Amino acid sequence: MELDNLSRRLIERFQHGMPLCPEPYRAMAEALDCTEADVLDRLARLQAEGALSRVGPVFEHRRAGASTLVALSVPEARLEQVAARISQFPEVNHNYRREHRYNLWFVLTGPDRAHLSRVLDEIEAETGLMPLDLPMHTAYRIDLGFPLETLR
Amino acid sequence: MNTEQHLELRRLLEQGLPLVPRPYRLLAERLGCAEDEVLAQVGEWQAEGLFRRVGLVLRHHALGYRANAMLVLDIPDAEVDDVGRRLGQAPGVNLCYRRPRRPPQWRYNLFCMIHGREREQVRQRIAALLGEQGLAHHPHALLFSIRAYKQCGGRYAPAAERRHG
Repeated sequence: MELDNLSRRLIERFQHGMPLCPEPYRAMAEALDCTEADVLDRLARLQAEGALSRVGPVFEHRRAGASTLVALSVPEARLEQVAARISQFPEVNHNYRREHRYNLWFVLTGPDRAHLSRVLDEIEAETGLMPLDLPMHTAYRIDLGFPLETLR
Repeated sequence: MNTEQHLELRRLLEQGLPLVPRPYRLLAERLGCAEDEVLAQVGEWQAEGLFRRVGLVLRHHALGYRANAMLVLDIPDAEVDDVGRRLGQAPGVNLCYRRPRRPPQWRYNLFCMIHGREREQVRQRIAALLGEQGLAHHPHALLFSIRAYKQCGGRYAPAAERRHG
């Protein structure tokens, strides 16, 4: 999608942080010298086009609960069906097909590790496939958003 | 705010702030409490480090970043912290995590995400990165994503509470 100038400035300025106040979109508009209606319009448009997932906090998963990266090696003929079933779990986000023998990769999040273990057991029982359970051990770099200079 | 309202607020925040002029007032109405209580609680959580960041959360694919590669490496345990820190600082590396090996199915213990507009460009950047860092001799694999079936934020708040909402 093509980003207009205001959308790009919004992303550059506010993907790493935004004002915490009763009228955050008005505060963002003041910072960018436009109207609150312009900000809301651009955010709604970015969301409708799929570029904006949401506005608000990204939870620090070690503080917020438990998470793990999971991989499945799914026979090609069953891949679409298994992927659709996996996506139905509310605990699943970022479910991707990747080019590898382990061809389905997703992140599980939940309130605690015991909850994730139950979901992993359920996935194994339902699909007959043994999940690779790869929880984070150490983070050397966490995702802080897009490199702004390449958004042009 | 009581414990149930705290959980419900977390569940609502996981879905994103409403795009209306007074988003916290709208959340407060749903929770049955006051706007300033919601703002105070969010501020407290932010100060405590519950959030990694607060802002616009984007999807790279829709913005033209169609080549998304997961680089996995098998680095000896004694060296992995050093290599992880170096790769984590390298330009273009969005994420760098150590994860457990699962032999015999999975030997790799270091995971990096690299996004770009085109696959060939990402492949070349990774080849250059491995060369510069002296890592090309370690076993590694490049897993490009072919399709995103689901892309959303984590849902940490307990599901039972969510149903009550």
